[in-house]
Amino acid sequence: MSRFQREPVKLVPVPSPNFIPERDVDKTPILEVSHLGIDFGGLTAVDDFNMAIGRTEIAGLIGPNGAGKTTVFNLLTKVYQPTRGTIMLDGRDTAGMNTIQVNKLGIARTFQNIRLFKALSVMDNVLIGLHNEMDYHLPSAVFRFPSYWRSEKIAKGRALELLSIFDMQDLADAKAGSLPYGAQRRLEIVRALGTNPSLLLLDEPAAGMNPSETTELMENIQKIRDTFKIAIMLIEHDMSLVMGICEGIGVLNYGKVIAKGTPEDIQSNPQVIEAYLGKKKEAN
Amino acid sequence: MIKKSTIIPMPLRYLINIVLFAAFLFVMNTLITGGTISKYYSGVISSIGISIILAVSLNMATGYLGQLPLGHAGFMAVGAYTSALIMKAAAGSLITFPLALLAGGLVAALFGILIGIPALKLKGDYLAILTLGFGQIIMVVLLNIDDVLGFKLTRGAAGLQKIPKTTTFLITFICVGITCFVIHTIMKSRHGRAILSIRENEIAAESCGINTTYYKTLGFVVSAFFAGVAGGLYAGNIGILNPSAFGFMKSIEILVMVVLGGMGSMFGSVLSGGVLTALPELLRDFDKYRMVVYSLVLVVVMIFKPTGLMGTYDFSLNGLLDKLILRLKGGKGDGGGKAVLVEKEGKANE
Amino acid sequence: MSLVFSQLINGLQSGSIYALIAIGYSMVYGIILLLNFAHGDIIMVGAYVAWLVVVNLSLPPALAIALAIIACTLLGVVIEKVAYSPLRKAPRLSLLITAIGISFLLENLAQLKFGAGAKNVPALITGPALDIGGQHIGFTAVLTIIVSVVAMIGLTFLIRKTKMGKAMRAVSEDMGTAQLMGINVNSTISFTFAVGSALAGIGSVLYSCAYPQAAPTMGSMLGLKAFVAAVLGGIGSIPGAMIGGFAIGIAEAIVSAIGLSVWKDGVVFAILIIVLIFKPTGIMGKKINEKV
Repeated sequence: MSRFQREPVKLVPVPSPNFIPERDVDKTPILEVSHLGIDFGGLTAVDDFNMAIGRTEIAGLIGPNGAGKTTVFNLLTKVYQPTRGTIMLDGRDTAGMNTIQVNKLGIARTFQNIRLFKALSVMDNVLIGLHNEMDYHLPSAVFRFPSYWRSEKIAKGRALELLSIFDMQDLADAKAGSLPYGAQRRLEIVRALGTNPSLLLLDEPAAGMNPSETTELMENIQKIRDTFKIAIMLIEHDMSLVMGICEGIGVLNYGKVIAKGTPEDIQSNPQVIEAYLGKKKEAN
Repeated sequence: MIKKSTIIPMPLRYLINIVLFAAFLFVMNTLITGGTISKYYSGVISSIGISIILAVSLNMATGYLGQLPLGHAGFMAVGAYTSALIMKAAAGSLITFPLALLAGGLVAALFGILIGIPALKLKGDYLAILTLGFGQIIMVVLLNIDDVLGFKLTRGAAGLQKIPKTTTFLITFICVGITCFVIHTIMKSRHGRAILSIRENEIAAESCGINTTYYKTLGFVVSAFFAGVAGGLYAGNIGILNPSAFGFMKSIEILVMVVLGGMGSMFGSVLSGGVLTALPELLRDFDKYRMVVYSLVLVVVMIFKPTGLMGTYDFSLNGLLDKLILRLKGGKGDGGGKAVLVEKEGKANE
Repeated sequence: MSLVFSQLINGLQSGSIYALIAIGYSMVYGIILLLNFAHGDIIMVGAYVAWLVVVNLSLPPALAIALAIIACTLLGVVIEKVAYSPLRKAPRLSLLITAIGISFLLENLAQLKFGAGAKNVPALITGPALDIGGQHIGFTAVLTIIVSVVAMIGLTFLIRKTKMGKAMRAVSEDMGTAQLMGINVNSTISFTFAVGSALAGIGSVLYSCAYPQAAPTMGSMLGLKAFVAAVLGGIGSIPGAMIGGFAIGIAEAIVSAIGLSVWKDGVVFAILIIVLIFKPTGIMGKKINEKV
């Protein structure tokens, strides 16, 4: 049988979807997803997705193209409403919530196809991320009450601080759309961090980056986790990044998690190899 | 360092603008009351002010929020009739006119909420066509409501006449000042940034926790409010209201001002609102060709400079002053300006 | 009974005209996602061409009909080439504003050239009234209804069964991919405008049979109502445009029949608002999801 006509991989029970790094085991996982699924018309894009993520875990979600990885992110952030299943964020059920509520509850994300506010400055992009962190009301803004000045000043300081993670504070006044590709991806992360998340979802953060940029990004992702003590879940095709920084990796195939475990477990898991490379022929 | 130099500290910047604007009001007002500017021209100047309010307020919905409402004249009509009826009912008192303007704005804002909530669920073209339909319905209602009510309210096609002509230069331009100030302060706040983020990318805005429905409605309602105020001023300037003055054509005329000036540029809206109102008055013969030229301009601008003449550029008096101060201080050497820029940075940051 | 019947026929007649125009809106929207505001004004140009040919040049009505349809077709294609095609990659808002600009340009040019007053267009098509069960139906009414039904069937065939139709569907699905598959996108779009405008030309001839006048702003309200019909039926769907056109025509006839004809326009736009609020995709439209 040729590579192109391989049989669909047999769907076997998930070995360990609730794998969590040891240091987080005692605490409530930040995210607990069970039996999550969505159908588009007749097509089942995600089916019975299960995964738990520890409070300070860097988790990876990998899988072949079209496996439904981005759809999982869209379900977690309620861009799509799930057809079935539950998403528990920090022990709270997010059923019936919309994107905005889920964000306020603590999920922030970046997008595979970058979605920056292109015509606005880098600073404004981050300040929009900090929107709900500022507390003054409309009249305070119109009449320029002290609460406006105070809140804006704090927010601008915070924005510069966040930008400095990627050493981007000097670009604050540049137009977001004029930034090089890699910087746009980094700015999206900064903007997401502005919303003060407890779980950060990164959709292919290293896409389009060169190896040295990727290495730097890996360090920065770890730095973000260490500084903010948050969980990060990322979708990535760059295996050096995934294997390098992820503590738990979930493998998605045909909308289902076929494995979750440490990088070592995943690399040696026959089902994962099968999903990526196809079934080994007997003759080989 | 690419960092904006703000040499003049923030509260002082507002003060400079307010003082200069007050001086402008005072000088113009003296000229008008003293008779140097004739009554006719003072009326023209008032209608320039009204156009500016209309353009700046539509710019809020079109340039900043990124929607295309085609019923702006409808909001203006609602405000105009509301104000006119109050002015007629309680003529004479000094506070009647400001109250009538406020009421006109508030009723228009109410209509803004009524039409905004369903309309803003729709995207682009559908929103445009829905607001267009709304504008048409307003016109039909204003024309025919008297038959339904059984008493004279709007006086249909005959027009609402003998409205006290209380609109003066001073009141109009105070309203212009307030409109620009309020919209400016909203836009330069977290609320304004939320509105801009919707224009830029709605899905990303939601992922940043921005309540897009609320902010869309806010932008729409503020826009409608000031259109209503402009309507009230219009009623007091002309003295007679006819539903046909608030048709689709009027909405498009306002849109031309916004588009020509540059969507998202308040300065552009002020400029083109002023110029496009003043020009036909100055060139009477031109009136015949006015709409032909308007529509040609609209098409040509869209093809060759879709962002409008000013783009999103906004004029800042203080920014100009900053540059001037820099120039004066560093004017001796060639590269002096730049050196000062870096030097100043430390304390310049508010 | 007789009054109800004749109002129904009136409704169907004007509904057929709306439908013909609505199809043009629908086709253009389907292919380049543009609400072609100038579409209604093409009808106005058609009416003026007919008036010029018959009254000014004293040529036979048959020639006037042919020239009106040809003029509309050419105008539609030229507008697309000159005003819309440079904006193919521009934001939708710019394209929409351009369309509004073109619409106003046509109206105001007509006003400048022919004056604001209406011109009387003599009857282009005459024929004997039909007699069905004691009810008289005007010849043009029957003709209008038949023409619009035939046009809809023909167009559905064109889009489903011909090579050009396939190209149109491909371009409306994904312009870039269609181009990669060797489809000439520009000529497909031009063709779409040509067909839509030709239908508007036919509409303009039939319209002047029912209301024998040409005026600069006649197209704007007609166009808007046809657009309402297209939205009601589900924009992008040809049978939908037909159903929407009939529905609007009949609704207007009912409003007039109960003596509220001054509220006619209000009712049409109220229908639009209700449809947009409760079913923005219309009766036969399909929902398009944005990819995230």
